[in-house]
Amino acid sequence: MQWSILLVVLPLCLAPITALVRHRLLAFLLTQTLTLGLFILSVCLLVSLIDGSQVHYELGGWAPPWGIAYELDTLNSLVALIICGIAFFTTLFGVKTVEDEIPEHLSGLFYAAFQLCILGLLGMALTGDIFNLFVFLEISSLSSYALIAMGKDRKALISSFNYLVLGTIGATFFLIGVGLLYAASGSLNMEDIAIRFHEFDDKQLVSTALVFIVIGMSLKAAIFPLHSWLPNAYTQAPSMISVFLAATATKVAIYVLIRCLFDVYPVEYWMAIVLPKILVGVGCIAIIYGSLRAVNQDNLKRLLAYSSVAQVGYMILGIGLLNETGMQATLLHLFNHGVMKAALFMVAGIFITRTNTILLSELNGLGRDMKWTMLAMVIGGLSLIGVPGTAGFVSKWYLLRAIIETEQWWVLAATLLGSVLSVVYVWKMVESLYFQPKDKPHVHHVSSGQTAIGSTPLLMGVACWSLTLATLYFGFETHWLTEAASVASASLYSDFAAGIAK
Amino acid sequence: MKAYLVGHANYLLIIAIMMIGLYTLMSREHLIKKMAGLSVFQTAVILFYVSLGKVAGGSAPIIAEGITTYSNPLPQVLMLTAIVVGVATTALGFALVVRIKEAYNTLEEGEINALDAEDH
Repeated sequence: MQWSILLVVLPLCLAPITALVRHRLLAFLLTQTLTLGLFILSVCLLVSLIDGSQVHYELGGWAPPWGIAYELDTLNSLVALIICGIAFFTTLFGVKTVEDEIPEHLSGLFYAAFQLCILGLLGMALTGDIFNLFVFLEISSLSSYALIAMGKDRKALISSFNYLVLGTIGATFFLIGVGLLYAASGSLNMEDIAIRFHEFDDKQLVSTALVFIVIGMSLKAAIFPLHSWLPNAYTQAPSMISVFLAATATKVAIYVLIRCLFDVYPVEYWMAIVLPKILVGVGCIAIIYGSLRAVNQDNLKRLLAYSSVAQVGYMILGIGLLNETGMQATLLHLFNHGVMKAALFMVAGIFITRTNTILLSELNGLGRDMKWTMLAMVIGGLSLIGVPGTAGFVSKWYLLRAIIETEQWWVLAATLLGSVLSVVYVWKMVESLYFQPKDKPHVHHVSSGQTAIGSTPLLMGVACWSLTLATLYFGFETHWLTEAASVASASLYSDFAAGIAK
Repeated sequence: MKAYLVGHANYLLIIAIMMIGLYTLMSREHLIKKMAGLSVFQTAVILFYVSLGKVAGGSAPIIAEGITTYSNPLPQVLMLTAIVVGVATTALGFALVVRIKEAYNTLEEGEINALDAEDH
């Protein structure tokens, strides 16, 4: 499986080349070829690892714990597939928005930063070395700060600055945690730490390290109350970057959290402290708070960003429930939410390209002119609510089963309340676009002679509808995705089950 | 207690530096001062790692006759990477600060927020 390393090496080699390109179309073609290649590789990787087998790849032939090793299994090949698939469709979607939003001489650098962001996220997903993970985390974060700052409005600069400050605090907290863990264990290899964990588990350092790692990663994953950077960053970023970050960045941070909690630390260790209860509690608050804030937004991108805060809550909840079904729900939701949120942000991007506005109050009645775009938005919205037949239903169904298994009824109440609120904010979008009397003013933002409002650019429509159809497809054909999720969660809980059997 | 304090003096000082950085970062309005706080905070972590690797009585990790205890070189190597990351973060932060100054003509967070509120 030598080729699996190409997932990280390809973008690393291509990014500097793309940075030198001054021609927009060439930069786009390079990125599109790269993301297509990565997409194919990640599909092959998941197909070969879906049965639960693992690949152990030692970089440069240096054996761990001294060398860096990549540990590939069902879980991280699923995460890699999310990143690469979304990256592919985002690039396809973005060609027109980059033309509108990024000056020609910067587009090479823009695409290079985008490739570095993909590289960082893939590296975080695949590596088995915890310090290597920090380095990839910083690569992806630094490139996303730069990308967000390229938004049209000047508010993008201040949003990016705030994200930089908070993101760096989060990453530094993670680094402190890694340092403390290294002080206790003398190792940076995740597997090695896990195997020798009983030798040093009585040291206080180890639990302090856990606190730092969890808080640092929660900041990157925008888990309530550490989410304050997310709404501004997603709202102000260029359309293409909103799509990509909303669908992947927080998901990878959640994956790292899962990896640290289940594969580095044994489950029994943090089960004894109050962490699962905190995760469940924070998840419930995030669901209700995010949905409530989403209801009050007029800016469509901001509404979707707050809905992301709520959806992250569902994923955290699934981890905190501490059963296999809950973990399955989290993994399914990582994938399903990535697909549907990307589709919805693409719809927002199409509105920006065609009408230059994203405020719902200015988009009144536009849905009757933009039927297909609206239909995509309605399907995405139904999936956010969790209506049967859409991808969102599958993950919510597993989550409800997990909650019922643990018999925590107040959690069930919070989840259902979150669903009701999501009906409210999805209805808000639909209502202003379909049922409000049609305004003319939205045309004011378009300079005369410009025909952009007339039709959706082909590639944007293709990308948006591919993901919308995927939302429907994964709502009906749930077989291989649930299999991947169940294999991955079974392997996460296998050590735990073995410990209980003893 | 006294022995504990003396034995952990380096860690206590590092925690103090870390807190100074974090406090500056959160309490100052001026964006450049925030960046300074962030840098101090990151530097404290570098000091923390380097002092982790020190072995009492150990020499530099170079094989030589008559020396049997060496300090651990790994944390220092790790910190080379972290320093690079820190420099990149600071550079990007200052680049943003320059752009913010151009766009808003101020670097006080309060004034920037007020300008943003007017826009809306």
